Amino acid sequence: MWDYVKLIALGMVALCSAIIANYARDFGYELHAILVTGVAAVVFIWQLRQMEQPKPVPTNEYMDGVIRAGVIATAFWGVVGFLAGVFIASQLAFPALNFQWAEGYMNFGRLRPLHTSAVIFAFGGNALIATSFYVVQRTSAVRLWGGNAAWFVFWGYNLFIVLAASGYVLGITQAKEYAEPEWYMDLWLTIVWLVYLAVFLGTILRRKEPHIYVANWFYLSFIVTIAMLHVFNNLSLPVSIFGSKSVQVFSGVQDAMVQWWYGHNAVGFFLTAGFLGMMYYFVPKQAERPVYSYKLSIIHFWALIFLYIWAGPHHLHYTALPDWASTLGMVFSIMLWMPSWGGMINGLMTLSGAWDKLRTDPIMRMMVVSVGFYGMSTFEGPMMSIKTVNSLSHYTDWTIGHVHSGALGWNGMITFGALYFLTPRLWNRERLYSSRLVSWHFWLATIGIVLYAASMWVSGIMEGLMWREVDAQGYLVNSFADTVVARHPMLLARAIGGGMYLTGALIMVYNLWKTVTSAPERAPDTAAVPAE
Amino acid sequence: MSNGKPQSHGKGKGEVETTGHSWDGIEELSNPLPKWWLYSFYLCILFAFGYTVLYPAWPLIHGATPGLLGYSTRGAEAAEMKAWQAELAPLQQKLVATDIAAVKDDPTLLQYANSSGAAVFRTYCVQCHGAGAAGNATGGYPNLLDDDWLHGGTVQAIYTTILHGVRDPHDPDTRPAPDMPAWGQTLQKADIANVVQFVLKISGQTFDATQAEAGAKVFADNCAACHGEQGKGNQDMGAPNLTDAIWLYGDGSQAVITQTVEYGRAGVMPSWTGRLSDADMRSVSIYVHGLGGGK
Repeated sequence: MWDYVKLIALGMVALCSAIIANYARDFGYELHAILVTGVAAVVFIWQLRQMEQPKPVPTNEYMDGVIRAGVIATAFWGVVGFLAGVFIASQLAFPALNFQWAEGYMNFGRLRPLHTSAVIFAFGGNALIATSFYVVQRTSAVRLWGGNAAWFVFWGYNLFIVLAASGYVLGITQAKEYAEPEWYMDLWLTIVWLVYLAVFLGTILRRKEPHIYVANWFYLSFIVTIAMLHVFNNLSLPVSIFGSKSVQVFSGVQDAMVQWWYGHNAVGFFLTAGFLGMMYYFVPKQAERPVYSYKLSIIHFWALIFLYIWAGPHHLHYTALPDWASTLGMVFSIMLWMPSWGGMINGLMTLSGAWDKLRTDPIMRMMVVSVGFYGMSTFEGPMMSIKTVNSLSHYTDWTIGHVHSGALGWNGMITFGALYFLTPRLWNRERLYSSRLVSWHFWLATIGIVLYAASMWVSGIMEGLMWREVDAQGYLVNSFADTVVARHPMLLARAIGGGMYLTGALIMVYNLWKTVTSAPERAPDTAAVPAE
Repeated sequence: MSNGKPQSHGKGKGEVETTGHSWDGIEELSNPLPKWWLYSFYLCILFAFGYTVLYPAWPLIHGATPGLLGYSTRGAEAAEMKAWQAELAPLQQKLVATDIAAVKDDPTLLQYANSSGAAVFRTYCVQCHGAGAAGNATGGYPNLLDDDWLHGGTVQAIYTTILHGVRDPHDPDTRPAPDMPAWGQTLQKADIANVVQFVLKISGQTFDATQAEAGAKVFADNCAACHGEQGKGNQDMGAPNLTDAIWLYGDGSQAVITQTVEYGRAGVMPSWTGRLSDADMRSVSIYVHGLGGGK
């Protein structure tokens, strides 16, 4: 019965999107409709061939296929996102790279959201989905709830990413930073995300452990909050069902406030809470040490999620936003400093008694540097939210440096650590193909980040000082073009740092590939069977 | 997995007990909150509370608490502007009262005029004349760095051009500049080709001698009224000098001159009276005059 419902639904989607493709008002929308028709048709045929087939129902082991797919997708999108980043960084240093022959499709303006979405949502999102599925099964000692729903989450999420990325290049955007996809992609993501929530929550509710492990609190807060943020920030009215364009429900300063409430908490719940969930599992596992303090994990979890949600206005200091909202955004950001550091303390102190591992285990080193960068950027963030500091740093490269010390250092490095941890286990290998290559990756990435962040600090502070420099009579000394010229060497250093980071990721992909294809197989053990 | 009993973990004394749970082999220690962490957190909260008392913060039904310091972003900005204006007012008054040609004799005033003029230029003039004031021949925006002037290059003449603009329909005192007609409607194709060769000749470029000779008559009959017998232009009518290598439109090639003759030209500059203060218009005139080409 359920299979027939699915068949009918898929057929309807294929038919409707074919009709929409026929009447589409813009090229990008037409292309997307054709793509959706194709995907629905393929799944329809696949579903048809599954009909009446006896289905194996493995209830006794963890569902790891979808996690393997997630690991591959994470590595793939990581490389795509880093490559786009290096390219647009080079475009800023050498504007001629906005090739005229590409007729605008490869301009910085279109590739920039491609880069940010590829690294945050494609690389980071796939990493979060895959690791959350892995962690929730292990720490709850049950198979994922919902059967193939987890596969739906994986493919649905990646379809969203393909739609979003191709849309940016074709010019489909609602021009909200980190929320650029238009209304129909937003609707689709909402469906996928609710199924994700159901799978995760369903698994927790069926758990065989008496308590919910701390990593799962963080993952759950991430899933729930992102659902809420996504829905509110994307409230909009399509101009036509046959076109990609929509009109935002909010306007003016309200729109700006909702956008940065979303934007800041995308950082807070996607890139912080979600990745803390990752940290709370993989760091103690890799170190083989207990988590430092249970009490600290509770206090900093609740403090973090309570305080983060109010800090958004610090993105709008000295704008049309009322002063009171600006003040609250700033003070909540300052109060957020210690709760953020709670995660760092718990991560680093978990290693007490196992510091010697740093000498021998490059994966551990990666995780420690990751937590270190986490601590650094969560100190820098509250500092930059202070209005007087912000008046210097806002709109300069300093912000870009801050974001990347967090993204490359914290999010990237902890994800690499998790991938190195997961790959041998998921593909049943005794060990990684090469520990030496992990070391190479570690050093390339670390030096790359330092080069990146340092050049952006210099460039950003210089820009801020040049923009505000006035002569004895109060007239501005520099024109904007002067600062563009002065930034050039720093932009170059930044592109080189990004290139090193990308090289490290390519080495990782090679290493993981060789691990799967040629590392010795692990003797069968009980790891794939839930305990109890 | 969980056996409900706290376990001592690791080796030796001083080790803290775990909470007694284990998830996939992960245990948690019962360490207390680090003291420095807790007190730093309290301190941040205290600071946050104090700050909200001093500055506008808590939203109420109408408006928000104003804060004890009475601070507002707009207020601070306005106060800063007012302070600068108070400081600069004497200089501005003196600048307006001084004959514009005599400003160069007063070093303080000249320095003020140059720096404020540069600021005005960067804000209002760069859009057409370019950040370096080199103009833009594609759009017909004059280069202000050379000594070739359409409406005069004395500081007084520049000031007049800025005051009233060129061909500005809203300013009755605007620079009288008749449009260059579209000769494609009245002259024969051959005449145009000939006169273009003549212009190439007087501007010192390679030309066809036969055509140029025929073009000389066309020029005398049609063009000389504005551009002068010799083609040296006429600043009273804003007619460009055609004998130098400086071109208002394009690179002075045969193709561009032909286009100009066939379709005509009528560049516009807005009148700045009423949009800029008199002091600012004087400053920017002095700044432009000092760029290198001033007479």
